Amino acid sequence: MNEKSKTPVTLIILALTIVGLYLANRFLDAYQIRIINLSGIYVTLGLSMNLINGMTGMFSLGHAGFMAIGAYTVGILTMPVTMKEMNFFMQPIVPFLADVEWGFLPSLFAAGLISVLLGVLIGAPVLRLTDDYLAIATLGFAEIIRVVFTNTQSLTNGALGLKGIPNYTNTWWSWGVALITIWFISFLMKGTYGKAFLAIREDEVAARAMGISLFKHKVMSFAFGCFFAGVAGGLMAGLLGTIDPNMFRITLTFNILLIVVLGGLGKIGGTVVSAVIVTVMMEVLRFLDEAIDLGFVRLKGIPGMRMVVFSIILILVVIVREKGLLQRTKGRELTYAKN
Amino acid sequence: MLKIEDLHMRFGGVVACNGFNAEIETGQIVGLIGPNGAGKTTIFNVITGVYKPTAGQILYSPAANEHHQLSGLGPDKIAKLGVCRTFQNIRLFGELSVLENVFIGNHLRVKSDVFSTVFRLPHYLVEEKRMYEKSLYLLEKIGLQDSRDEKASSLPYGMQRRLEIARALATDPKLLLLDEPAAGMNPQETMELIQFIREIKQEFDLTIFLIEHHMDVIMEISEKIYVLDHGLLIAEGDPSEIQQNERVVEAYLGVG
Repeated sequence: MNEKSKTPVTLIILALTIVGLYLANRFLDAYQIRIINLSGIYVTLGLSMNLINGMTGMFSLGHAGFMAIGAYTVGILTMPVTMKEMNFFMQPIVPFLADVEWGFLPSLFAAGLISVLLGVLIGAPVLRLTDDYLAIATLGFAEIIRVVFTNTQSLTNGALGLKGIPNYTNTWWSWGVALITIWFISFLMKGTYGKAFLAIREDEVAARAMGISLFKHKVMSFAFGCFFAGVAGGLMAGLLGTIDPNMFRITLTFNILLIVVLGGLGKIGGTVVSAVIVTVMMEVLRFLDEAIDLGFVRLKGIPGMRMVVFSIILILVVIVREKGLLQRTKGRELTYAKN
Repeated sequence: MLKIEDLHMRFGGVVACNGFNAEIETGQIVGLIGPNGAGKTTIFNVITGVYKPTAGQILYSPAANEHHQLSGLGPDKIAKLGVCRTFQNIRLFGELSVLENVFIGNHLRVKSDVFSTVFRLPHYLVEEKRMYEKSLYLLEKIGLQDSRDEKASSLPYGMQRRLEIARALATDPKLLLLDEPAAGMNPQETMELIQFIREIKQEFDLTIFLIEHHMDVIMEISEKIYVLDHGLLIAEGDPSEIQQNERVVEAYLGVG
């Protein structure tokens, strides 16, 4: 409705992002640039999960799996031929991939598409499940991908992982993709299909009675989610240069879920902000994992201590601001029972 | 318009509907009444595809030379054929705005694919504009044009019922099923509702099948009434016939 008044604001934010990235590239060190890259990738991941979980109301926990597919696709497609020979010393790579060396853009596309293909292939039969059952099925799906990748030596180099993936990912790539994702999902949700997704989230019975095919729309939403998760996985591979199946454990999915819940289910702006905050906090709070000297007592470093902080924040948000950290919830009382 | 033949619906050992027959002609307003638990909503659920009937035929003929067997089709397919409904326990998309609720009702007639909506291609924008205009018109019709940006769940009860009707109208139905549209309304609102139902029937060329507990509504508005008790059809006829039918009085008041 107030479309016209919003356009300049969007353009200003876009311009500021570009200027910001330019300045960051000039003045920040490699470590800081890396955090900016990760933020961009987590924006894409958070939005893709929010589309499935927050906007369409499907409780899917398969993100680590879709990312793994994307990361391996980009890893294998972009790696130089000589590097492949060095990587695959246990068992040579399957012949049809041995001489492949693609550019980054087509590889990212392939990452998204293969992620959609496998995601929908495995996802379609389980999308009729609801709530917890879907969560369990998709969680299992992500684990299956990880285990399969650990064992397909001639395709993924198994547990050894891939090393020496060209470092194509820079801030332009990571934030370029993030901006495209923001744009795509905003416009999707503005249109009639996006509204149909919301209707399914609100009430499946009523949505069907209004002629919305649950299967078609759920698969559609799931496919878009898989695409962007796959692309983000590909960016991750291009950023890290080294991937192995154990990177794509359930904890990775939970990091993304944390971003989605903190930002607010179904909220695009909230997800973007919370993705950046969580990524930065993950680095800032690193000191918690190390030994801390309080003067009178010396605490031994416990790896993973910073995750405790996130867990506490998450618990507080769920209790006090169920609509997300950044959403104004007006006049909600703290009660233990809904009625 | 709709012909139901020997409809049976069993849930395990419970017989919710045992051999229901009905015929609704195009342009009629037909009532379905019966005591609580008689199986009225079950019949609506079977017609709209929420349940697949255990046995029986549901023949839907929106036009003289167009016939569909509804039993076995899913709710979304049936809605696309032009049979839409409201719910006894209101089922709006609560977190969405009033306007969005009606807008979503248009979705099943959308011809553009999902990518044209994302890229906002011209042919989609034309469609979207038409959908918004139609939604706004329907909101005006039910007198909710001023609260179009409010959350649907924040509306008063009577307005939520009207919004459900508007949402159903947005799907371009030919046959509209209303499940207790007057529930919870005061006499004043009820009279307005009767007027409203007559109006929309005229304007949108509808055939209406409704369940209602308010006898004054049913007797006032229906041309034909079916009476159900314990899953059995115990009477059918025009309002005056029903009022004098002994079995109906028995079912409602019990045998003295």
